[in-house]
Amino acid sequence: MFLRTVLSRLLTTLVTLFGVAVVVFVLVRVAPGNPIAMMLPPGASEDDIAQLTALYGFDKSLVEQFFIWIGGVVQGDFGTSITLRQPVSDLVLARLPATLELSFFALLIAVAIGGVAAVIGARRRGSPTEAAVDLTSGAVLSIPDFLWGLLFVLLFGVLWPVLSISGRLDPRLEFDFLTNFVALEGLLRGRFDVAGSAFSHMLMPALSLALPLAALIAQLLKQNLKEVLIQDYTTLSRVRGFSETQVILRDAMRNAALPTLTLVGVQFTFLIGGTVIVERLFAYGGLGNMAIDAVINRDLPLIQGIVLLFAALFVAINMLVDLSYTLLNPRLRHG
Amino acid sequence: MKNMNRRGFLGTSAFATALAASGLPVIAQNGGDLTIAYNVPVQSWDPTTGPAAVNPVLQSIYLAIFDRFVGQNPDLSFDAGLLTDWGFSEDKSQIHMTVRDGVTWQNGDPLTPDDIVWSLTRAAQAETGNPMQFVWSKIGNFRTEGQTITADVIEFEPALFKWMAFLTAFVLPKDYYESVGSEGFEKAPIGSGPYMVDTFEPGAYVRLKAYDGYWGAAPEFSTVTIKFVTDATSRVAEVESGNADITTNMPYEDYDRLIAKDGLSGQAVPITDIGMIFLNDVGPMLDKNVRLAAHHAIDKELIIDRLLKGYGVPLSTLEVPGYAAFDDSITVPYDPERAKALLAESGYSTDNPVKFTIQTTKGFKPKDYEMVQAIVGLWRRVGIEAEIEVYEIAKHYELRATDQLAPAAFYNWGNSIGDPSTSTGFSMFGPSPHAVWDTPDLVEKIGPLFVEADEEKRIQGYKDVSRYIAEEGYVIPLLQYVMPIVYRSDLNVTAYTSGDLLPQAVTSV
Repeated sequence: MFLRTVLSRLLTTLVTLFGVAVVVFVLVRVAPGNPIAMMLPPGASEDDIAQLTALYGFDKSLVEQFFIWIGGVVQGDFGTSITLRQPVSDLVLARLPATLELSFFALLIAVAIGGVAAVIGARRRGSPTEAAVDLTSGAVLSIPDFLWGLLFVLLFGVLWPVLSISGRLDPRLEFDFLTNFVALEGLLRGRFDVAGSAFSHMLMPALSLALPLAALIAQLLKQNLKEVLIQDYTTLSRVRGFSETQVILRDAMRNAALPTLTLVGVQFTFLIGGTVIVERLFAYGGLGNMAIDAVINRDLPLIQGIVLLFAALFVAINMLVDLSYTLLNPRLRHG
Repeated sequence: MKNMNRRGFLGTSAFATALAASGLPVIAQNGGDLTIAYNVPVQSWDPTTGPAAVNPVLQSIYLAIFDRFVGQNPDLSFDAGLLTDWGFSEDKSQIHMTVRDGVTWQNGDPLTPDDIVWSLTRAAQAETGNPMQFVWSKIGNFRTEGQTITADVIEFEPALFKWMAFLTAFVLPKDYYESVGSEGFEKAPIGSGPYMVDTFEPGAYVRLKAYDGYWGAAPEFSTVTIKFVTDATSRVAEVESGNADITTNMPYEDYDRLIAKDGLSGQAVPITDIGMIFLNDVGPMLDKNVRLAAHHAIDKELIIDRLLKGYGVPLSTLEVPGYAAFDDSITVPYDPERAKALLAESGYSTDNPVKFTIQTTKGFKPKDYEMVQAIVGLWRRVGIEAEIEVYEIAKHYELRATDQLAPAAFYNWGNSIGDPSTSTGFSMFGPSPHAVWDTPDLVEKIGPLFVEADEEKRIQGYKDVSRYIAEEGYVIPLLQYVMPIVYRSDLNVTAYTSGDLLPQAVTSV
């Protein structure tokens, strides 16, 4: 049953990705802006324009271009970036770890902050503390991630300069990375200076991305906890002598967390989408930052590669969330 | 905390210490270290091919690593580069170039005339993707004797040697490039410039180390880190927090604020980048009175003072001070009454305004949209009702290349070699994909200047064309941009009119 669900989701994923590939291919070509026009020198003749157009393959029909591109994609060749002059697959795979590391770090922060706020709010339900949690999470939610970023740059970059403003790592650090997961690799290989530098660079962008999600988690999880905390089995736990915090963490959390998990999954995809602006602000060398450059320069193969990868990430995350929900929820698992 | 054991406490403390220590602001200068927060990331390490090669902002970084055929001074004048002597033969059928002796590549190999010939030949081949191929293909059949190279002129290009100090005019190492290939060169580029690439983190930074074997004066800073900080707010924060020693291209409001702070200084340098309004030969712009009225109605001084905090130089032609064909006797003054009178001759007034669309970018250049808004306001006072259409710069290039721009379109034009062919010439010569005004009178006047062999006559010809354009109102030049640079007060920064910010031109006070 579970295997069938997985296979069915995989098939849907492939169809979805093909749809995204078609839409993105058509959209980037009908959108205003021609990459050839952007690189024309002042004295270019009609012949020069024709030569450049042919050089980048834009002289072929849209359908021909699509089939050449999708044929390459099937074989793992996403084309060559016009501006960076390197294979798109190499470029996006080199930047993906940076974005994943930032996103997961942001997710951890969001879950930690949101989870603690939810437990405190549920523990003190009906008191001014709960109202404070509601008020704070409402306020945090109303401020978009890039504004948090600007605020952090001002606070921790300029007024109290304790965190790094740009990049992923202190350029002075000497370290031969085996992967592009600089924080994780630094930790695993015992280079705490490298890991520390990576986390110090990630902290502000990660916090900017995390805070709105943390507020959402706090609101939803608290509400779910409150609903669970009036159930008979939690009352029974109290009767057995467990403290309110123990009741929340041991009994209530498991059931209250399930709906939150779905929300976190969906919101995590939005969080990854948010990296585009936040990475730009902090000059963080991830996919989002590269996506903006690709759009500005009308680097069509690179835009296609990045969007397709983002789409694959979104679909994979949603699938994982669905599957984990199925695994965690006994009613669905045995249904 | 009460559940934390000793190991957990020690682990957490160690991690927190590492985090805090690494997060401390970097003291940018550390015995020869210089950190620059730069506004554009390096896209490719081949400065001769692809779009990056024609991105003017990237030239500063390329110039730290590579040398051009011909050098250029801060005031736009030309100087010996890898070539120490150059010129056309009397009959303009041949060129000669003398290659500097004793230059080495950053791998220690000597730079030879073969490298120069190979670089020029490669640049002329369309399949390499050199966007300036049309210039380099005008010479060929190279011969070498000692350090001297001669070549045949296939098509006479008066500004050929000026182009040798401009976009894509970099010399690359023949043997090294051929042995590692284009991908290998991207991974480990070498040039003959004052700095070599030490580490490169795409999209984040490049760390440069001084090349001991450099043929010119040794740069003062042994290590230069150029951080790619595209967001202006973050660049300001970088220099304000001490994380960077120098930054550039920030809003003028921030520039004024930063240079007022202790420990920071700045320069606002007029550069070879101008703001202008292209007029297209369509609709109401076919009426000379409308064109001239649109120009006379714009108070450029006011716009510069109010919107650019005074950082700009008003212009009446597409040539700026320092360009070979700049002529300060050509002026189109702010004169709203004359604008009204001209419009009245064509039957227009504030009650019956002439209507057209003006296109502009928003945020591509400092206050571009705001400037157009102000201009539209000034136009309204004299009887011109313009509707603003905002587009992206990529759309502008596409519309311009296909001659579909609106009757008026705001744009910026750069020309860091100061030759009139690359400003008035290509922007106003109808057959060029960059020209917007396509009438035959201008084609007849500009066309012969592209091949005029007498330099004095050529420059005078462009001055005459500039005067004619101003009289006919074929374009509305607005202002010369000013580039703000902020740096630590204990540094000296040599500013280049070309807009380059060269690490080798930075010294300690």
